[in-house]
Amino acid sequence: MYTQGLDQKDKSAPKREQLETPEQLEAFQARIDAEEKIEAKDWMPEAYRRTLIRQISQHAHSEIIGMQPEGNWLTRAPTLKRKAILLAKIQDEAGHGLYLYSAGETLGVSRDQMVAGLLSGKAKYSSIFNYPTLTWADIGAIGWLVDGAAIMNQIPLCRCSYGPYARAMVRICKEESFHQRQGFDILRVLCAGTAGQKAMAQDALNRWWWPSLMMFGPNDADSKHSAQSMAWKIKRFSNDELRQKFVDVTVPQAEFLGLQVPDDDLVFDQESGHYRFGEIDWQEFIEVIKGNGPCNRQRLGKRRKAHDDGEWVREAARAYGEKQAAKAAA
Amino acid sequence: MNKNDALLAYALRLGDNALILGQRMVELVAAYPELEEELANANFALDYIGQARMFYAYAGELEGKGRDEDDLALLRDENEYRNLLLIEQPNGHFGDSIAKLVLFEAFYLRQLEELVHCADKRIAEIAARAEKEIRYHLRHNTQWLIRLGDGTEESHARAQEAVDNLWRFTGEMFAADEVDNVFENEFDGPDLYRIREQWRETVAAVLEEATLAMPEDAWMASGGKAGRHSEHLGYMIAEMQYLQRAHPGASW
Ligand SMILES: [Fe+2]
Ligand SMILES: [Fe+2]
Repeated sequence: MYTQGLDQKDKSAPKREQLETPEQLEAFQARIDAEEKIEAKDWMPEAYRRTLIRQISQHAHSEIIGMQPEGNWLTRAPTLKRKAILLAKIQDEAGHGLYLYSAGETLGVSRDQMVAGLLSGKAKYSSIFNYPTLTWADIGAIGWLVDGAAIMNQIPLCRCSYGPYARAMVRICKEESFHQRQGFDILRVLCAGTAGQKAMAQDALNRWWWPSLMMFGPNDADSKHSAQSMAWKIKRFSNDELRQKFVDVTVPQAEFLGLQVPDDDLVFDQESGHYRFGEIDWQEFIEVIKGNGPCNRQRLGKRRKAHDDGEWVREAARAYGEKQAAKAAA
Repeated sequence: MNKNDALLAYALRLGDNALILGQRMVELVAAYPELEEELANANFALDYIGQARMFYAYAGELEGKGRDEDDLALLRDENEYRNLLLIEQPNGHFGDSIAKLVLFEAFYLRQLEELVHCADKRIAEIAARAEKEIRYHLRHNTQWLIRLGDGTEESHARAQEAVDNLWRFTGEMFAADEVDNVFENEFDGPDLYRIREQWRETVAAVLEEATLAMPEDAWMASGGKAGRHSEHLGYMIAEMQYLQRAHPGASW
């Protein structure tokens, strides 16, 4: 999901890992199996810590980068009410980024370190945010599909074995379901509107459908982190299970809107009770992850520029703080 | 100008100031380096959009022609907007935005404090809500101007330049025209002369703490309140109104 990246190897093989004994690992797994929550101060295997840092920071980066495609329509929102709703949503996403960085910090990395990983291009964020928002309907599609897919993935994360992450997710999930409803409402109104508006909605679904399915990450057979994450109860369902669930829930919603899902192979299988859907273009997914999506450079470029433009302000705040501290000490 | 026309014009001006400033802040969303400032900006922008909606809704009722908040916000021409020139100035860098906000909000807060006691009930109610919001904004933004002014040599120079550049737009806030005068007399509205004195005191104190010099009052630009704007406003409005103009009569 927000952490679907084909991530890089951690080259700094930590010494602590070599000192881990089979007894420690076994006792840890027993706690996981007993559904105990692991807290920041508890002993945990290095690999567990690393996996969580990777996942939580990727998730946080996704919240932050995800503000850009939606921010793209903020100045052009069609009514003041829609503008206010979208602004509040984007503000929520910034808040999600903040909680998640805080959850990440409980694992011994600083927010600055995590952000540095994003800015250098080393850390990944969800591939979905590398697609452009070309019309107002895209804002509806993002709320409906992207926040919808995020919810599918995040509800089980509320029961994640790592306590601080699970608790952050509980708070986030509540807000994501608002976002999803608001996005659906944008499309509902467009679909009941003029021919031009309805065409806009269909075009948005055509462009966002497949990238939304890619949000769940590679097929189970190709997902290298899945098995261990499941054993650690960081993950509760496989990528394919979640993707299937998303399709099952979303296709009837598209029908309700009167929109056509852009998949000729999509068919309801009476026997299993599930929709069968076509093959995802995994080459596209890999290219976007590698940095070749339509907006990768633009998104990261904007974040880097914001960071660089803020340098003199950070320095000013630091200098002012030092002066105040010196005054207080005098 | 009769009483009712002045009230309508006054409500619209308040709406226009809130909308145009809110829209400028909206332009900055997703461009902040720090999440805390990102959240503050979005929060403050939301306050302004909310205030604009309340003032416009009331203006629409006063006008009685069936125009709602969106008709007023998104379907008027540039010369029908009556916001202050200060507010429509482009964002520039962080110091420019902060200086603009402090200069405006030090005025707007006083204006709202007076409006809370004005004779028009609806304006007074909206002002009471807005006053709490703006008091908080001003405190936050003032803290930033002080940090920038009394930070590094570079930040000091940037903050001073920002204040100097914007100063010529501050006179318009206090230049009472017919609308201001009728509203003051008929509705017990703000006395702009007195507000100017209070504003100068507030701003002087902030600038002093920020180790910034208060510019000399020289020539002052005006025209916003009469619908004569800078070139900047046209682009902002074209962008803001795009969907309403491209799809006339559509619902959203
Ligand atoms: Fe989020
Ligand atoms: Fe969301």
